Amino acid sequence: MSESLTLDKPRSPRRPAARRSNFELYSWLFMRISGVALVVLVLGHLFIMNILDGGVHRINFGFVAGRWASPFWQFWDLAMLWLAQIHGGNGLRTVINDYARKDATRFWLKVLLYVSMVLIIALGTYVIFTFDPNITD
Amino acid sequence: MTATAEVSTGSRGNQPPVPDGAITVTLKVRRFNPEFDDEPRWDSFEIPALPSDRVLNLLHYVKWYIDGTLTFRRSCAHGICGSDAMRINGVNRLACKVLLKDLLASGGKPTTITIEPIKGLPVHKDLLVDMEPFFEAFKAVKPYLITYGNEPTRERIQSIADRERFDDTTKCILCAACTTSCPVYWTEGSYFGPAAIVNAHRFIFDSRDEGAEERLDILNDVDGVWRCRTTFNCTDACPRGIQVTKAIQEVKRALLFKRV
Repeated sequence: MSESLTLDKPRSPRRPAARRSNFELYSWLFMRISGVALVVLVLGHLFIMNILDGGVHRINFGFVAGRWASPFWQFWDLAMLWLAQIHGGNGLRTVINDYARKDATRFWLKVLLYVSMVLIIALGTYVIFTFDPNITD
Repeated sequence: MTATAEVSTGSRGNQPPVPDGAITVTLKVRRFNPEFDDEPRWDSFEIPALPSDRVLNLLHYVKWYIDGTLTFRRSCAHGICGSDAMRINGVNRLACKVLLKDLLASGGKPTTITIEPIKGLPVHKDLLVDMEPFFEAFKAVKPYLITYGNEPTRERIQSIADRERFDDTTKCILCAACTTSCPVYWTEGSYFGPAAIVNAHRFIFDSRDEGAEERLDILNDVDGVWRCRTTFNCTDACPRGIQVTKAIQEVKRALLFKRV
């Protein structure tokens, strides 16, 4: 009966009748959870790096090598890197969705965003796992 | 349509006598006539008005006694029909519900009131916008009762508590003040907008309705509730005092916990 009602008119021809995707729901949820996690991770990081035991003045190669000798700090930095990149990237994705007016602009801005995200995540992860404290010269 | 030269007189002839206690205020109106203008322009009118006048009275004064070409919508003029939503001093209001005394400059300084069409919808002329995209979004959320199975022989009974759940969102008059106050709607019109979500909420949380899942599916889309940035512009703009942002959050929660 309701099928014959002309009232039911999709907003745009691009919209399929029933597209079941929870992507936007999960990305929204991810922003909340990663946001809370980042508060702890980033504030903890800033406290250790800038305030504790003389702050920035003690940071050198040896200090970094000492911290990354422990899997705990490796994991801390890794989590911070991934969460910050994906959280920030997802935020920028919504900004691009909101403000880009042309489909082409939106597409290329997102390509740029995703490429930069992948590059930085890959480079950072590579450094954390392959860091060699015994480097010479 | 025959294009006529711009008429400088109002549609009701000479200006009436100025009443006692009237103040002269400047009404700055953003105007656009597609027959003459390439770009919107600003027109200013000096109007004698009483503090108890509504902004709609000022617009009537312009149309009736100064410039009959001023174009705007209004019907009931008492905040029920939702025709005269416009941007008054930068915020969306119904012109028939804003009193001049609330807009007067402090300390007896001269008052200027700016009037613009609501943002985000195509302007036809002056304050008259094309409401069709707004109603398309409204229709897309299926704002009518959906039931399956046999019709009951008696009325569909609902408890007071069940009615209470969607009471707030039944008040919507579809004036578009909320949707056109939303920054996400301004830049990209594909977002459903607050008004459509409010009207979906009205049926999603109705215990007699069985279409909640369909509507939630529609609002789970890229252009659905997840585009809401909770800026509260909609709640501030609603002339009926609907807690619009709260309604949107309740829809998000229903989606998140898969429970209405």
